[in-house]
Order: sequence, then structure tokens, then C-alpha cells
Amino acid sequence: LAPWVPVVGLEIHAQISSNSKLFSGSQVQFAAPPNSLVSFFDASLPGTLPVLNRRCVEAAVMTGLALNCSINKKSLFDRKHYFYADLPAGYQITQQRVPIAVNGSLSYSLCIDNKMSQMVTKTVRIKQIQLEQDSGKSLHDDIRSQTLVDLNRAGVGLMEVVMEPDMCCGEEAAAAVRELQLILQTLGSSQAVMAEGQLRVDANVSVHHPGEPYGVRTEVKNINSIRFLAKAIDYEIQRQIEELENGGTILNETRAFDSKLGCTVPMRDKEGKQDYRFMPEPNLPPLVLYDAKSLPANMNHQQVINIDWIHERLPDLPSVKRKKLVEEYGILPEHSFTLLNEDGLAEFFESVVKQTQMKPKKVIGWILNDLLSYLKQHSLTVKESPVSSFLLADLLNLLEKKEISSTAAKQVLAELWKGEGKTALEIVKEQKLELLQDQKELEQICQAVIDGQENE
Amino acid sequence: QQVSVEVLDHLEHLALVDFRDSEGVERLQKAIQFADQLHEVNTDGVEPMDSVLEDRCLYLREDDVTEGNCTKELLENAREKVEEYFVAPPGNIPLPKLEERETFLQGS
Repeated sequence: LAPWVPVVGLEIHAQISSNSKLFSGSQVQFAAPPNSLVSFFDASLPGTLPVLNRRCVEAAVMTGLALNCSINKKSLFDRKHYFYADLPAGYQITQQRVPIAVNGSLSYSLCIDNKMSQMVTKTVRIKQIQLEQDSGKSLHDDIRSQTLVDLNRAGVGLMEVVMEPDMCCGEEAAAAVRELQLILQTLGSSQAVMAEGQLRVDANVSVHHPGEPYGVRTEVKNINSIRFLAKAIDYEIQRQIEELENGGTILNETRAFDSKLGCTVPMRDKEGKQDYRFMPEPNLPPLVLYDAKSLPANMNHQQVINIDWIHERLPDLPSVKRKKLVEEYGILPEHSFTLLNEDGLAEFFESVVKQTQMKPKKVIGWILNDLLSYLKQHSLTVKESPVSSFLLADLLNLLEKKEISSTAAKQVLAELWKGEGKTALEIVKEQKLELLQDQKELEQICQAVIDGQENE
Repeated sequence: QQVSVEVLDHLEHLALVDFRDSEGVERLQKAIQFADQLHEVNTDGVEPMDSVLEDRCLYLREDDVTEGNCTKELLENAREKVEEYFVAPPGNIPLPKLEERETFLQGS
């Protein structure tokens, strides 16, 4: 049987972290009373016009720069037409012809055979990043055969990041999305929390035999977590292979991932090829961005976006942070991945290192093995840790000064987790865990043991 | 050059227009013919213009919350509402297929 080559591309929608919406001044907020964060423009009432939010443009430029894209100094807005109850205007304002950023790349790492010690770096090309409006939310009431529409989300700014089909399986896609999520959170351009719909991923999947042209692709939607992303893609790859090996064909369709059943199913309301009748958005002139060279002399500062100014102020991206951690503290690369993977863990580690004499290479073991596993067991975030960096550093100092053994240290830590406000030293004294340093006392104990043996 | 029935049907689906009678279709044909005159101009090497506003500045707004909080006013226009939600049919109600709907296009 000839081998199959799976091909996976991704379309990712990241909600921009901003106070107000892309083209209107209504607030961006999760879980507010229905239709309370909606302006006349968002509701598409006649006579309203879009006004572009500067912060959204900056967020897109930052993201484009972080993903090594070329920023288009002139980009255009278009209308994408389709009918749906949560799209009151009957069209979405997007950037189809000339988006704000193109031709970038994202590097991500994978563990080979699930071994963290063997990591390999892969790259996926970024086709483009475009600014567009989010739609409202539909709640389907099947019992009363109706849909309830909440427009709070309608008009919120989105960055659509299009990744070329350079990936081959669920694991690669999941790792790429995880790295993108970390980058967005580091930049602050999106909080990228999938559970709150701030990061939505659609996967394009196809299979073909090596040397042959690409197969028909399907689009998989409704994926709510990175774990499900990998599952959905791997399921769809298998489904397509089985279908083709049984002599069937793949339809160019949109499928939804059913997380309960772990499979993909065809989506209703998406039959037939959509004709979006793209047209230029007549109410918005081109978006012009500047750099240090092209900066206009006499323009109002507030009306100018300088790409170079933004570039200079980009924070260290996760890949750079990891490298610095490895170089500064002598920890292993896989340690740096775990540190950055947990919100606040790297900062906790660095804080402990500052407050203790113990070498970072030893501290990391306590952070990753003891602290992290405890937090995971109790589903706590680093911020919620009952043991502060101060308390842990204090404990590690006792160990470092050889006042207690490492077994005793683990015992003290277990006690510290209870969060009863005691210090490490207090617990050591309470439980008499001090290492005996007095030579004479040690001799007496040993002699007593020997004497005890002789009497038997 | 005639616009085919398939294209007319497709347009009726996409834009929910109703060409209603032969006069409507003829008006469309005439509009296309009129616009086709543009082909007589040689536009080789010329960037298309899609708005006379292309040299205007796109105004950038500060990221402040200045609108919203008008649920009551917005829902005033709604024919049906349920607890501050707009009510819509369960899904898109597709225009019936050409054979199944009363349209002048059928006879073409």
C-alpha cells in the first residue's frame, strides 16, 4: 500500500486585546449582558460609518513583526458578503486584496517520541495577517426552533493569521498554535485564551501520495482547545485515508469537530461553494503606515503609525526568553520550555534564584519536579501557589547550608503547602528535622547503637 | 450577449434580488453593456482606482470606550425578542431552487 502524505494548513482568528472595537467605540468584554456592548454601527443601523481603532492596527503590526512578516505600508479594506443572523450588515469588513502583513514565518519545537530531551525545531510559513471584524454570537434554541442573537461580539477586532500547509499532523499543528499563543500573550496583542473564544483555529486537511498533486481538502471547524485541535486533525487525516483506500472520494466541504465523539461531521448551512462577492470597502481609504524614513514632517502624531517605533519596543519573544534562561542559568533547553509554558513560572524561578545561594541548576529541579507537580495535582496556577518564592528560597537556603537533608526538605515542603503561615525554619524546629552537626553528639548516638547491637 | 439563467438564478440567491419580469432582466443587461464600455480604455500598467478617496488620510481613533449601553433602544426595532436577545429563525432559510419557486426566470 502506497504511503500517504497528510497536509495541514491553519486559519487562526485571534481577538485583539483592546478596550473598544475595530470600527466603533463600544466596549470589548467577555460575558456581559446580551446586546449591552453594541453601538448603532455594530447593529448596522443605517447612517453609521466605520472609524478605525488605532490600537488594533498597532496590535496587527506588532504581531506581523514578531512573525517576521513584511508589513504592507499600504493595505486595503474589503467587504465579504454572506447572510447570517449574527452578521447584521450582511457583510464583514476584512482585508482580502492587500492585508496588513504578508510572508512571515513561525518556528516551533516538537519532542521526538514524547521525549522532552529530544527536541526538534520546525518552521511554518505565515501567508498573511489581516485585520477583520468578528461576528455576533448565535445561540441555537432547537426546542423552540429559533436562534437568539447577541451582538456584543459583533465588530470586535480580529487578526486572522493564515499558516501555509507546511504541517503534517495534529502534533505539529498543536505545537505551532501553542507557540503562536505564547507570542501573542507576550506581545499583549491578544490574550489568546481559547476557552473564551479569543483564539479560534480552523484546520485545512488533505492527503495525497508522494509525488502526486495535493488531494481535495476539507475545512475542520469548531475546535475548542489545543488538545482537540490535534485530535480533530489526526481523526480527519485517518478518515480521509480510509475513505480513499475504500475507493471513495473526499468532498471539498466544511466539517465540525465533535469533541464528545472524537470525530468530524459535515456541517449544515455550509453546503455549496460560497460566493462572497468581495468588493472594496467604500467608506475606508487605504491604511497607510510609516517607518523612520517615510515619516511625514507635519502630521499629527496621533494619526501616524511608525513601524520602526513599534519594532524597537517589541518585548523579548518566547524563543529569545528561553535562550536567555538557558544561557544565564545553565538549565537545559527543555527546562526553558516548561518554564515558559506555565504562566508565571519563569518569573517564580528567577525570583527564587535571586533569593537563594543554591545554584540555579539545582533550583530548577525543585521548581519543575516539586512545585509544578504539586500545582498540577491541585489544579492551581503559579499565582495561586500557597508557597511563595520567598518561602521556597528560604527552605532551599536551609538545604544549601546543610542544616537539613534533602529528604527533610521535601517533608518541610509538604508542610509548607498547607499554607499555615509557618516558615521553613519553624517547621524544621517543630518536627526536629535539623541535621546534627555536633561531632560529640553523633559519636554518642553511634556508640549507643553499637552498644545496643552487642547486647543482642 | 445574454446573461444566462444560471447566473440570474445565482444572483437571486446571493443578493436576494428579484428580477421579477423581462424588463428587470433587460435593465440588468443594459447596465452590463453600459459598464462594458470601460473595456475600450487601455489600462495596461495603470493601478486600478477603487475610490476617489484613495489619497485621503484614514482617520485613526483612540482606543476609548465611547458607545454602547443602549440595549433598550436597539431592541425597540426588533420584531421579536427574548430576554434582550434578538430572535432569528434557526438557520438561513435558503431561497427555493429555480424549479420550486415562483419566478419569471422559470419560463426562460
